[in-house]
Amino acid sequence: MSLLSKANKEALTSPLNLNNPVVVQVLGICSALAVTAQLEPAIVMGLSVTIITAFSNLIISLIRKSIPNRIRIIVQLVVVAALVTIVSQVLKAFAYDVSVQLSVYVGLIITNCILMGRLEAFAMMNKPWPSFLDGIGNGIGYAIILVIVGFFRELLGAGTLLGFQVVPDWCYEHGYVNNGMMTMPAMSLILVGCVIWVHRAYNKDLQ
Amino acid sequence: MEHIISLFVRSIFVDNMIFAFFLGMCSYLAVSKTVKTALGLGVAVTFVLLITVPVDYLLQVYVLGPNCLVEGVDLSFLSFILFIAVIAAIVQLVEMIVERFSPSLYAALGIFLPLIAVNCAIMGASLFMQQRITMPDTNSQAITGIWDAVAYALGSGIGWLLAITCLAAIREKMAYTDVPKPLQGLGITFITVGLMAMAFMCFSGLNL
Repeated sequence: MSLLSKANKEALTSPLNLNNPVVVQVLGICSALAVTAQLEPAIVMGLSVTIITAFSNLIISLIRKSIPNRIRIIVQLVVVAALVTIVSQVLKAFAYDVSVQLSVYVGLIITNCILMGRLEAFAMMNKPWPSFLDGIGNGIGYAIILVIVGFFRELLGAGTLLGFQVVPDWCYEHGYVNNGMMTMPAMSLILVGCVIWVHRAYNKDLQ
Repeated sequence: MEHIISLFVRSIFVDNMIFAFFLGMCSYLAVSKTVKTALGLGVAVTFVLLITVPVDYLLQVYVLGPNCLVEGVDLSFLSFILFIAVIAAIVQLVEMIVERFSPSLYAALGIFLPLIAVNCAIMGASLFMQQRITMPDTNSQAITGIWDAVAYALGSGIGWLLAITCLAAIREKMAYTDVPKPLQGLGITFITVGLMAMAFMCFSGLNL
């Protein structure tokens, strides 16, 4: 079997659009909303979730035949919790500022529904390699939405992107004002609502 | 005493789990179609929060914190694994107790009880509690003792219950309105929650 057969490609790419974990399956919303006030934490969060989803899928898929069915949830939670602990310690060591910004939301990746959903629905009954690709696909699908929301919130809320000012000074001199509302938590809900609206308007079969 | 009341009221309105931190959003959106089931889930979440957060508090203070178990060792990097294990175990325990002593409540809650184990509101409250222990005593958000932890847990649970019941009531009415087709269902629900969160923002200046 080739490494990128049709079914494997499908596992990798379908979560990016038609099967997106956030806007179609409505999983993992909590962290998607809370960390997107700026672009940088959104990217770091997306990356962390991608890594954790991919590797927890891989590990669970490798040991799927030896997990007793009755205690599988606990086994999955322990694998995920161990991976999240590693990622959280790495973030604290190498990107301390971002890890302070993300605060409890790194720990909350454990209870991110995307992880449990993929482990239950995919990794428990598929071979390691497709599971790994499925994890990467879902992680990236989640990261895309985070980056879109983070992009608009930072651009409109603070006039910056990744901390650099992009709205030129003459705009402010002519009376342009940053929309402080965008940095508030409430606006991220409305932005995600709009993303869903646009996504469904283009994909008519999801309506 | 004053501090406990202030902590309790703040965690319902100002630090609301849903509107300020978006915790427990998945089940919040999935189970808020009718008021009755929403109320049941809200009560179950409050109940589990009320037990897990004080237990996690005791673990954090007497086992995980610096110099607790072994002199000079800080075990708090183990907190994720330990907290999730406590939550999963307590949810299991609550399920068995409810089934034994109140079969009618057990039937009403149904599938939602086991699902609470992966509800981020529970884990989130435990992690926030861990953060708040390190705050100075003068801070109105600080958790300094077991009763503070109980008040915080109860307040967070009631805040969550309030939020899910309100949304369910709005969604029941919204079934009769004419929403643009691509926005129907999920899209409009998000925007409704956003508007509710904005309304709750007016509590943010509240100081007790």
